[in-house]
Parts: sequence; structure tokens; C-alpha cells
Amino acid sequence: MDESVVAVKNFTKVYGEFVAVDDISFEVQPGEIFGLLGPNGAGKTTTLECLEGLRKPDRGEMQIKGVDPQKEPGKLRNVIGVQLQTSGLPASMTVEESLNIFSAYHGVLPSNELFTRLGLDEKRKTQYHQLSTGQQRRLSLALAVSHNPGVIILDEPTAGLDVSSRTELHKMMQELKSQGTTLILATHDMAEAEKMTDRVAILLRGKIVATGSPRELTAKGTGMTKVSVRTENSILQVVENSFPAVTHKTINEDYCIYFSTDPGPTVSAILDHLERNDDSLIDLRVERPSLEERFLEITGTGGTE
Amino acid sequence: MTAFTNHFLFEFKSGIRNSSAMLMLYLLPLGFYAAMGLIMVQINPGFKELLIPAMIIFAIMSSMILGFPTGLVEARESGIYRSYKINGIPALSILIIPALSVGFHGLITSGIVAVTAVPFFDAAAPVNWLALLLVSLLVVFTFSTLGMLIGVVSSNSRAVVLLSQLIYLPSILLGGMMIPLSMIPEAFQKVSGFLPSTYAMQAFFAFAYQQETILEPWVCIAVLLTSGIMALVLSIYLFNWDSNNDTRRGSPLLGLLVLLPYVAAILYSTYL
Repeated sequence: MDESVVAVKNFTKVYGEFVAVDDISFEVQPGEIFGLLGPNGAGKTTTLECLEGLRKPDRGEMQIKGVDPQKEPGKLRNVIGVQLQTSGLPASMTVEESLNIFSAYHGVLPSNELFTRLGLDEKRKTQYHQLSTGQQRRLSLALAVSHNPGVIILDEPTAGLDVSSRTELHKMMQELKSQGTTLILATHDMAEAEKMTDRVAILLRGKIVATGSPRELTAKGTGMTKVSVRTENSILQVVENSFPAVTHKTINEDYCIYFSTDPGPTVSAILDHLERNDDSLIDLRVERPSLEERFLEITGTGGTE
Repeated sequence: MTAFTNHFLFEFKSGIRNSSAMLMLYLLPLGFYAAMGLIMVQINPGFKELLIPAMIIFAIMSSMILGFPTGLVEARESGIYRSYKINGIPALSILIIPALSVGFHGLITSGIVAVTAVPFFDAAAPVNWLALLLVSLLVVFTFSTLGMLIGVVSSNSRAVVLLSQLIYLPSILLGGMMIPLSMIPEAFQKVSGFLPSTYAMQAFFAFAYQQETILEPWVCIAVLLTSGIMALVLSIYLFNWDSNNDTRRGSPLLGLLVLLPYVAAILYSTYL
């Protein structure tokens, strides 16, 4: 707990009768990208908003770099940078003005390098409402990092972005991580979480139902590896056969898909079988279970494992 | 100081860049002023006496009571305050800097009215120009803080329109801007007592034009000043960062306390 950058202990938030977050605890280590995952209404944004000092927890403790968001809001602003899920700037504020104003309030000089790094150099004089969604997100990130905070909170940072903007943002996140910045990422996007995060916590109905690295979480699931095979003569589809470690099989268009607990022996046996039956391989894919599948598994069972 | 300067410059420029702000700050008041100067003065030559103070108050009211609170609520509703809060912009800056900026625009419009009304429309010139400026500054202060309070207590844009119109239209009709207070029926003069424009018009006549007034001049100054201070204090106290996050320190109804100086002035003029 002492070494953690972010520490949340027994945090609860209630809106009237509705318990939005129910007694959750987690820690984030220095330089880590920590993901908060969960379906809509799981409590991700509420948790982040309490960490950001925008809402007040009903119970529990929170600290970011030793700062209590409720008791020391002034200190908190210099410790964290935040890219909100729904935030805006005045429509007529230019990119340059926003960076100048926000940097001045943080007591730092505006960084020209940030404009360049985030591809906003040519947009300095452009007003906020004239920016594309991707440019608005990049500006929001620029403002979040303008004062070099130790912790950056990103709430659905890539929602609504095109592929190249997402890639740019991911690159920026990796750069920040490599500089020792701690990032907390709330996202719906499991592929993004799997690619970007070191550890995740899955929230469901206000409770943390699973934590660990994406690899650990997927390993804890049913552990089924998908072996998809397409062959010239489709022999696998017409002849019933059994292969080692396969629990069940499905057919999807030209592919036979085997769910295997141990893909090595399964693939060897399939290749032998094809050779013996004069069939030839067109495509073979071995896919480990994804975080998305694991997420659906967890959320589909209501979080009971 | 850099933060204040940068923020103020942005707010000031946005009054010109933003078309709806431009409408409230310049086009509406100056258009109305031109119409009054061209038409009303012809119909009623006595209106020449009212033209400068009435149009200054109209310009200030349009920007402070119609434009300013709408901007505050729209900014809150669109999450701009949340962005400001997480980036360390204090609540005081969010309220004071736009008020100063709108006030500055209001003074520019007032200046245009004051300088052009005599040569263009043969309006009655003030006897004391310094007093005109000082009363204008006080009127800007009072209306800007009232506008601030309307923006702070209004839960949405519709509420802003409703509350703004509660001051705006009666001020034009009963606040001595179109018809001198002495000509308003006595029953309606009680309503006039709740309108800041009544005290502003009387203060202009007493100090800038050095004329006899129905209300005591220093009472008018006291009402404008105390209601302005109360509106400012209540705005800061009741300020809410977020429409969806009710962290307000008190009920918006506390905003009604701003009426106390007006009630006191009515009682004073009735019984003393």
C-alpha cells in the first residue's frame, strides 16, 4: 500500500437508493497502466470522478500520491492529469488559448513540444468547435499532461476515434508510461485494455469481480484455445473424428473450429489426420482466449466464478 | 497573474467571436438605442432626457441579465466547468472573469451611447460626466452580480430565460427607462421598487444630471451596492460545478435574499 501511487480502500458511492460502487479496493503501482473495465453503469466513471475530486465518496479512503482528493483538491490538480469522458471547452477557445490558460493555472509554461507531439501544431489558432473528435481528444490529452503530472486518468479516451487517431493515442500512452507516468484507463474496449494495460480490474454492478493482468485473467477462464482449420476437401467437416484435448467442435462456413485444452497435441493430430486422408491445409489458426471472451464469461455469469 | 490575464483575454475575445454573445453585447443594445434615438425622440421629445441613462442601463441589462447567465449555465451543462475544475481553475475565476469581461463590453457599449447620443439624437447631456461613469460602473457591478446569481441558481437554460425575464421586461416597462418614475401609477411604483433599474435611473438623474429625484440618491446607491455585494456572495456560496452532481452548499432559494435591500428601500421610502 505504501509504494502504490493510487490506493482505493473500501470505497462506496451511493446515489439515493442506488449503490453505484460497493466497497471496492484496489491499488495502482508506479509506472503502471491500470485498466478499469466493466459494462455501462458498472461504476467505472463514478470511481474515477471520486479519484479526480469531482464527486465525494460516501465511504472509504482514496489517495493519489499521498493526496486525499477531497481534503487537498489544490494539491491534487498538480499531481493528476485527467481526460474526462464527457468534457468540453468553450466553443470559441482556440487550441493555443486553452493550453496557455490551463498551463498558467497549473503554474507551468505552455509546452510547444506538446503541440508537435500531438499533431496540433497547425491547429493552434483553430477554435475548439472546429476541431474533429480526434483532435479534441488529443487536445484534451495535451491539457491533461501539460503540467507533467505523475498520474493520468483517461476515461474512454479512444471512444469515437478513427483507427489512426486511436493508434496515435496508444503511442502517446506508451510514451508516457515509458517516462514513468502512471495511467489509469477506463474503457469498454477489451482489445485496447488487452493491448495497453499491465493490470485490470473488472467492475460489475459496483463491485470488483476480477483483477490481474490481462494474461492472468484470460488464463483463469475456461482455458479453451480455439483451433480453426480450413482444408481443400473439407474432410474434417464430413467425417466425425476425435482429437486429443478437444472438448467440442463447431463449424463456421468453411472452418472447423475445435476448442482445445491443450492445442499442441490437437494441432499435431489434425495435421496427421489430414495427411492420412489426402486432404491439404488452406488455413490454420490457433487463438488463445481473449480478454473480451473472458470479460463476457465473467459478466455473463454475473461475476460469479 | 498570467492565468488571470490569459483567461480574461480569452473571455473578452469570446464576446466578439461568439455570435450570440455579440448579439447581446452589441447588436441588440446598439440597435435598440438607434431605434429609440430615431423614433422615440421624434414621438416624445421628453425622451431626450431619458435616452442616455436608459440606453446605458438597457445595454448593461442586455449583456448582464440576458447574455451572461445563459453563458454560465451553458458552460455548466456542457461540462466546461468540470474541465476547468480538474485543471485547477478556481470557482472564483469562473464567476468573476466572465463577469469582468462582460462588464467591460457593457462599458464599451455604454460609452458609445454616451458619446453619440448628444450629437446624433440631441439627447440631454449629463451635467457631470464623471458621475455618469461612476454610476455606470456601479450599475455594471450590480447587474453583473445579479446575472451571475441567476446563472448559478438556474438549473437549466429554460430557468435562466424565466428568471432573466423577471428582471428584464419589468425593468424596461416599470423601471423608469421608458417612462419617468414620477409618471408611473403609484400601485406600479411598488413593483418598480423591486427593480434595480429604478434605482439606477434615479442615481443617474441625481448624480450625473443633478436633478431632483423621487427616491433619495444615496439610498439608490446603497441599494445597488448592497444588492450587488449580496448577489456576489450568494453566487460564490451557491456555485455548483456540475449539473449532474448536486454539491451546492445551500438551496437555490437562498438567492431570494438578494431582494432584501429592495424590500428595505421600499419600507424606508414608505414609512420614513
